[in-house]
Amino acid sequence: MNNYIKIKNLYKIFGNNTNEALSLVKEGMSKEELLEKTNCVLGLNDINLNIPKGKIHVIMGLSGSGKSTLIRHLNRLIEPTFGEITIDGVNVLKLNNKGLLEYRQKNMSMVFQKFALFPHKTIQENISYGLIVQKISEEIYQEKSQFWLKRVGLEGYENYYPNQLSGGMQQRVGLARALATDAEILLMDEAFSALDPLIRAEMQDVLIDLQLELKKTIVFITHDLDEALKIGERISILRDGSVVQDDNPQKIILNPADDYVSDFIKDINRSRVIKAKSIMTKSTSIKKETVPIIDSEMVLEEVLQQITKTNHYFVLVKDNQNKIIGKITLKELLNGIQRPRQEIKKYA
Amino acid sequence: MEWLTKFPEMDRNGLREFKKTVDNSFTSFSRNYGEGIESFFDPLLSFLVGFEKLFLNTPWPITIFTILSICWLASRSILIVSGTLLSFLLIGYFGMWEDTMSTLAIILVATLLCICIGIPIGIAMARSNKVQTLILPILDVMQTIPSFVYLIPVVMLLGIGKVPGLIAVCIYAIPPIVRLTNLGIRLVDKDILEAAESFGANYWQKLFGVQIPLALPTIFAGVNQTIMMALAMVVIASMIGVQGLGLPVLRAISNQYLALGLLNGLAIVVLAIIFDRVTQKIGERMQKYKSD
Repeated sequence: MNNYIKIKNLYKIFGNNTNEALSLVKEGMSKEELLEKTNCVLGLNDINLNIPKGKIHVIMGLSGSGKSTLIRHLNRLIEPTFGEITIDGVNVLKLNNKGLLEYRQKNMSMVFQKFALFPHKTIQENISYGLIVQKISEEIYQEKSQFWLKRVGLEGYENYYPNQLSGGMQQRVGLARALATDAEILLMDEAFSALDPLIRAEMQDVLIDLQLELKKTIVFITHDLDEALKIGERISILRDGSVVQDDNPQKIILNPADDYVSDFIKDINRSRVIKAKSIMTKSTSIKKETVPIIDSEMVLEEVLQQITKTNHYFVLVKDNQNKIIGKITLKELLNGIQRPRQEIKKYA
Repeated sequence: MEWLTKFPEMDRNGLREFKKTVDNSFTSFSRNYGEGIESFFDPLLSFLVGFEKLFLNTPWPITIFTILSICWLASRSILIVSGTLLSFLLIGYFGMWEDTMSTLAIILVATLLCICIGIPIGIAMARSNKVQTLILPILDVMQTIPSFVYLIPVVMLLGIGKVPGLIAVCIYAIPPIVRLTNLGIRLVDKDILEAAESFGANYWQKLFGVQIPLALPTIFAGVNQTIMMALAMVVIASMIGVQGLGLPVLRAISNQYLALGLLNGLAIVVLAIIFDRVTQKIGERMQKYKSD
């Protein structure tokens, strides 16, 4: 259950003579040096990741960090140079051609940054594509595509062509197309990056809504930290093809692994992201007092609102079973909100 | 210093021997295998003859009606259909009906042949860069070599007649469809192909479900060009025994009959315009999904 997708020692090197380049990289050669000496580009460098089932796992990084390369290894649109990928106990890299096609049909589907809808097919045909490829009977795929068409809110558009729809609607089609195959894993490659901010937020909500119900294993790629924090239950930060931090969002903000990550998170609104449970002092032996009791999932901004309503200098925190699990003082609260006064160093 | 002013060429005897060897070996090749090759093309000949007979034996009103219906189905344009009607009436009135039917038959057969051979070659080229590098120079040769040069071996092998004419037309007319099929498939958006792949589509599902449909407008531009080039070859093909509008043109050139040449030449032009407009309309209609 917990390690549904396991990636072990994954390397990807683009170029000729990758074997030689691989051993150089394993000896510790840097990306720049490798490019200069062998004319090979280091795409992924010793990736080790465990992705649990039923969660949204965000992989984040700037462009060129290898995130799109990484996600394409999961369905082998790109073949690795070295390493191991196991999904639900199946060694994906050992699949033969036929097995791979079947694996892509049944177990994972993908949503693309530029939608990648089929322009010559209607919306309904687009949504049915994954099912048509599997040669499922027309009756069933018509029914399923109708269901998903409604589910993403595009009823009545079945006979339109993709370019007659707005960007947001097109990506709804992309999402419906991916969901229609009932695959367990959903790969989303910067799925909302091409949309304007309002539509993007709307699509994020659509995804979160669907996920509450579907509990898919979603690997979501983005370069947008706000998006990562909003939808990610776990975030891996990628830099130059290596994972620099793999943690839950709260920990990434409170304990960035290095300067690169702290630089990444320096501009976010901490009070809207950090939750009460992340900064509280744990204690179960507090008796109930006449202070506000807040939910452990509450963000600091709301905690502050609760505190300012009263004359108290602290609040108690309860878990979802209404048990008191800790408290937050005003000082702790302010400490949590302010950005750590560490020097932001320039990374190379 | 003589080698500077006079190119150090092969000596005359050697050159004569070389040409003689090539000629003789080809002559003996055609003597030995000519008949075999000719019989290989027999089905093609009977197909072409059958087509020609069909065109010539059908009463002209039915032929015109059929042509107009095809034009309408393909183009949905009153202008094109009425233009076609007028053109064919004029062609008939000026006594060129039979020649026009023969030309139509050979153009259609040549085009069909080019499509059947050219599209698979284009697909193979799009699939592999090696095949592309191999075939591109061949296409260059086919398009640039003077037609008379390849007429020589064709006539030596197959004699004078319809089949060598058809082959000559096809050699000249096939490059555009091969090139544009290749181009059209290569231009299909990589993202869209990746999407098909990510859903587990196999090679044939990608080819027939995504690549060819999206390349179709480009492929059709190739068909259009192939037809135009086939029409352009009509006069040259008539030199080796192909019936049709080319023959009177040829006669007009050698006898300086201005009116005869002009009329038949214009008939070829009119056919070309009709073919062009109709096929272009089909191409446009294939891209219907692109408009809002």
